[in-house]
Amino acid sequence: MSTGIPLSHYLFLSTALLSIGVLGVLTRRNMVIILMAIELILNAVNINLVAFSRYLSHVDGQVFAIFIITDAAAEVAVGLGIIIALFRNKETVNVDEVDLLKW
Amino acid sequence: MVNQIFFYLFAVIILIGAVFTITTRNAVHSAIFLIMTLVGVAGLYLHLFAEFLAAVQIILYVGGIMVLFLFVIMLVNLDQADVQPRFSRHWKIGAASVAVLLGELAYLYFGRSAAPFAPPMMPPVPLGNTEWVGVVLYQRYMMPFEIASILLLVAMVGAVVMAKKRI
Repeated sequence: MSTGIPLSHYLFLSTALLSIGVLGVLTRRNMVIILMAIELILNAVNINLVAFSRYLSHVDGQVFAIFIITDAAAEVAVGLGIIIALFRNKETVNVDEVDLLKW
Repeated sequence: MVNQIFFYLFAVIILIGAVFTITTRNAVHSAIFLIMTLVGVAGLYLHLFAEFLAAVQIILYVGGIMVLFLFVIMLVNLDQADVQPRFSRHWKIGAASVAVLLGELAYLYFGRSAAPFAPPMMPPVPLGNTEWVGVVLYQRYMMPFEIASILLLVAMVGAVVMAKKRI
């Protein structure tokens, strides 16, 4: 039973998703939405890993994808904690208004 | 044929959700569109015979992480965000960087000969997907699994410390 879809189509989809995520990280001002764009990037990586795991008939890619989902959960928890701490101190979540370290 | 239809359906869902995630003004709408993308990715996992990962995606991302996002959107009250500009002043530099990235990747894809991987002909193994993942995860990747659990513990403590008003 063939899936009938060449691997390159999965890679195109993954590239498009990665580019949208990078665009979101680089252009948005709202920090919460930047974290969401990072989730998009991590999902693009996961699509790649699972597609290769399927096409090479090797399950290690799926195990790596599980580790990446774990890391995403940790990253979101800490990132949202930082956002809450920042909002409490500076009353803003816009990245261009937080320039305390900028000389 | 059905496979192609499902693949392109999921691809369209994923990309539309992603585009609206980074362009809508309201952060709650962004979260909803991100959920759309995540569900599309879960469907793609099912399409690739990774059932366990599809379930993990739904339970962990849509059920856990997105609830966390919505709570934080509720806590940092973003009413004034509706009248502020959505994009930073330097959005042109960001767009140019993404264009360069896309150009590089397109060169890598099209600069080569035909795709080296043909579509696989067989469902991968007689063993079920979840058993297979479990066997590999608990044997070959035992140590990384334990390290990931420590990472989660550190992240949990860190998030509590970070969000606490007074330690």
